[in-house]
Parts: sequence; C-alpha cells; structure tokens
Amino acid sequence: MGNDQHLVQLKDIIKTYLPEDVPVGAIGEDSNFVKELNINSANLVDIVLDVEDAFGIRLENEDMDKMQTVRDALNIIAQKLRDKK
Amino acid sequence: MNKRVVVTGLGICAPNGVGLADFYDSMLNGKSGIIFHQELADLGFGCQIAGKPEIPESLKESYFTALQLRGLNSSGIVYGVMAGTDAWMDAGLAKADKDQPDWDSGIIFGTGILGIDKLRESIYLIDDNNARRLGSNSVMQTMASGISAYLGGILGCGNQVTTNSSACATGTEGVIMGMERIRSGKAERMLVGSCNDSGPYIWGGFDAMRILPSNYNDNPQEASRPMSASASGFVPGSGAGAMVLESLDSALKRGSKIYAEVLGGAFNSGGQRGVGSMTAPNSQAVQRCILEALKDAGVEKSEVDVINGHLTATSKDAEEIRNWSEALERTAKDFPFINATKGLVGHCLAASGSVECVAALLQYREGLIFGNQNCQDLHPEILELVDASRIPMKTTSHKPKIVAKASFGFGDVNACVIFNDYKEM
Repeated sequence: MGNDQHLVQLKDIIKTYLPEDVPVGAIGEDSNFVKELNINSANLVDIVLDVEDAFGIRLENEDMDKMQTVRDALNIIAQKLRDKK
Repeated sequence: MNKRVVVTGLGICAPNGVGLADFYDSMLNGKSGIIFHQELADLGFGCQIAGKPEIPESLKESYFTALQLRGLNSSGIVYGVMAGTDAWMDAGLAKADKDQPDWDSGIIFGTGILGIDKLRESIYLIDDNNARRLGSNSVMQTMASGISAYLGGILGCGNQVTTNSSACATGTEGVIMGMERIRSGKAERMLVGSCNDSGPYIWGGFDAMRILPSNYNDNPQEASRPMSASASGFVPGSGAGAMVLESLDSALKRGSKIYAEVLGGAFNSGGQRGVGSMTAPNSQAVQRCILEALKDAGVEKSEVDVINGHLTATSKDAEEIRNWSEALERTAKDFPFINATKGLVGHCLAASGSVECVAALLQYREGLIFGNQNCQDLHPEILELVDASRIPMKTTSHKPKIVAKASFGFGDVNACVIFNDYKEM
C-alpha cells in the first residue's frame, strides 16, 4: 500500500475533525493540523486513536509530539508499518 | 432599583414530549411518558418502569455537529442541549457571532450527575489498562458543568456560565439564581434549566432504597400517583427543561413575547435538623422557604392562585400539602389550585424543577391549569386540608395570576419560585 493510499485514508480520518468553515479540499500534505486546518488540539488525540485503528499500529506520546503536519503523520505511519514487518 | 425579570423562551425534553408542542399536547391531554423498560427487568430491578425522552438519532443532528455526536454517550447532555437550544430559539435569540461572545447572556444549567454512561465506558477502559484509548471527550461529557459548557459553546454566551447542583431542587434553584443575576444588573439574559441522565445507573440507587413503586410494572401509566392514597413511591424519570430569563428592558426592546414575570424566590435548607434528614424535608424549613419566596416577590399569601408542587407520589405528599396550607394559612375551598406534573413524567430528579417550571409557565400561555393524574383516590389527610375542587383531575380553564412552584431535594434543601402574569405597567 503506497503513500497515496495512506493519504486518502488519513484525509478520511481528518475530515471529521475539521471546523465547519474549513473544506476537506484544504487538507494537503503540508497542512499543519492546528495552525492551518484549525483543528482543536484536543482532537489530535482522537486523530491518533483513529490512525491506530485504521492502520493497526500504536503511536506513542513522542510520535504525537512530532505529528505537526499531514506529512509528519504519513511518515510516522510508514515508519510504524515498516517496524511491524 | 431591582430590574424586573421575565421569561421569554421555553424548551423541553420530557418523557412525555420532546419539544414544546409535543409536551403541551401531552400535558393537555394527560398523556403519560412512563413506560416499561425491558432493560430494567433484565437487570432485576424491582421498579421496571421509568420516564425517558424518546430522541430519534436524526433529531440529534439538528442540535449537534457530526464531531460532537462522535462518541457522545451522555444522555443528560443530549436532553439539556436540545431543551436549552430550543428555549434560546423560542425566545427569538440568535447564536453569537463566530468571533464575539454575547457578554450580556449567561447560563445556569444544573444537573445531578452527568454522563454516567460515558463514565462507565471510561471506567471499563481504565480498568483494562487502556486509559490512553479514552480519547478527548470523556472529561467534557462527565464533568458536571459539561452541560453548561456545551450550551455555552453552541450559543456563544459570554456572561456567567455555570452548573448548579442541589438534587431534586436543582431546576427551581437555577431559575432563582438566574433571576437574581438579572435583577442585580449583572446580566441581561440567563438561560436557566437542568438536565438528568437516564438509565439503570441513575435509577439503580433509588431502586435499592426501595422508594420506587414495584407493583406497576404491568401498568406503568398508573404508577406515578401524586397526592393519591395509593401512592407507593416515585417513578424515576429523566430529561431537561430550560427557560430564557431576561430583563424586562431587554425583552421589550427586542419585542419578545413574554410568558410570565419572575417575581421572586427563595432557597434554604432544613439543616437536617428536627424532622429533616438527608432524605426527608424539615417542614419548618419548607414553610420558611415558601414565605421567604412570597416576601421576596412582594406577594400576599392570599394572592397565590396556583401551586405546582414537588409532590413526588410518596407518603410525603400529604406533609407537603400541610406545609403549603400552614404557610399560606389557607384551607378547603380557599386553598389555591394545585397540580403535580410528576403524574405524567415521573420524577425527573435534577431535571424535575425545570421540567415542571416549563409546565407551570405553559399554563400562562394557554390560560389553563393542567389536570392531575392517578389521584382519583385523594389521600384522606390531603382532603382534610384541601377541597377536592382545588385539585383538578382534568385540564381546567383558568388564567393563572400568581403561580408558586417549589422543589425539594436530598440534603434537606428547598427552592420556591413565584411567577406572575405579566402586565404592562
């Protein structure tokens, strides 16, 4: 499963947490979750849990700290999936 | 000079009606919201009947965003947000702009315990060494002030936003607290109300105290029998009621409709002294509370023409009537009309005061008094004090003037509020 597919899955997770005035189309690989997508920082823990469920991985606190942008999340997901193998 | 306070909006989420129109229809026609709950039977409850608002999933989407609905497992928040939002809209008020709260509008929305189902879900995760899986919303759904916090965010209120808690006196207490805030000029509008979760984890403790009726599981609608000789305990309920209180100046400026004026009120405690205890009211305190409310409202004992009692359908009902009678020094045909909302909705616990205030206030709009249920066999001690004609069995035409509403709660706490037909002057 490639990075593009991961991005589709991740967008699907993120869209639930977007404020009403931020369109799904605003989600790009460079988007910062809190600063650009205006996602409530409290909801980042929910995104982490959804990512864990969707990809069958476990994210630690330090992973969450590093997860500022969508690309950060994709990198962490790819790394965790490699570690799993 | 105190500001005058009026009621400009109502909202309700009751076992026998969700929304003002449904609730009014049920109250008018004596439609009960008490039904048998298989869940309670499966759990071996003695009392397997209860009052619980029926909320279709699709209706929740009108009040909550998809994100708010995700993992929402707090029935009190659902009832409270629906009633509170409805009251705001009924008053013709809008939600605050995105970037600026309404500094002159506040919220006092009470509860007993909030989000007990969410709490249970969380406890299971924690005991399973899985606290990290709680997600972000277990705190906000289980903190008592969760209900005022949800409403505060939805409506954008920038004045005091808080939650009061005084057991079954909560809802009536909140009306008086909101009135005082507006009266003193600290707010123009206060959304007041209260909510109570539903379900076995709320009702179980009362079942264990053996104060719920266990002989009506086959005919639930007859179980809640306030003032009846055959009353055998209160039927557990749940839901929410809400009112928008507003300074008369603000209401007139907006051209808002006015249900009634809040003339005054009082709360006190019997201190669990004398005959008062954790679970039983001190009659001396109850009578003082009623008299202090009248004094605060500037109303004579003789002027009260309608009472909405606490009247839970236990052996204490006769004592409550005696307290009203002694406090007001009125008996027989001179006693005010009195009704008990609990006959149709059960005892909605922390929500009871607000649900019943909404019922009492609808009587002004319609010029009538809702009938009492299940008390054709009036308690003989009540009949010694009050003429049966003052306890209407069916909804009766009568335009209320002064309505006194009281609620009493565990902890020996009392609240009494006085409403008046609004007259321009």
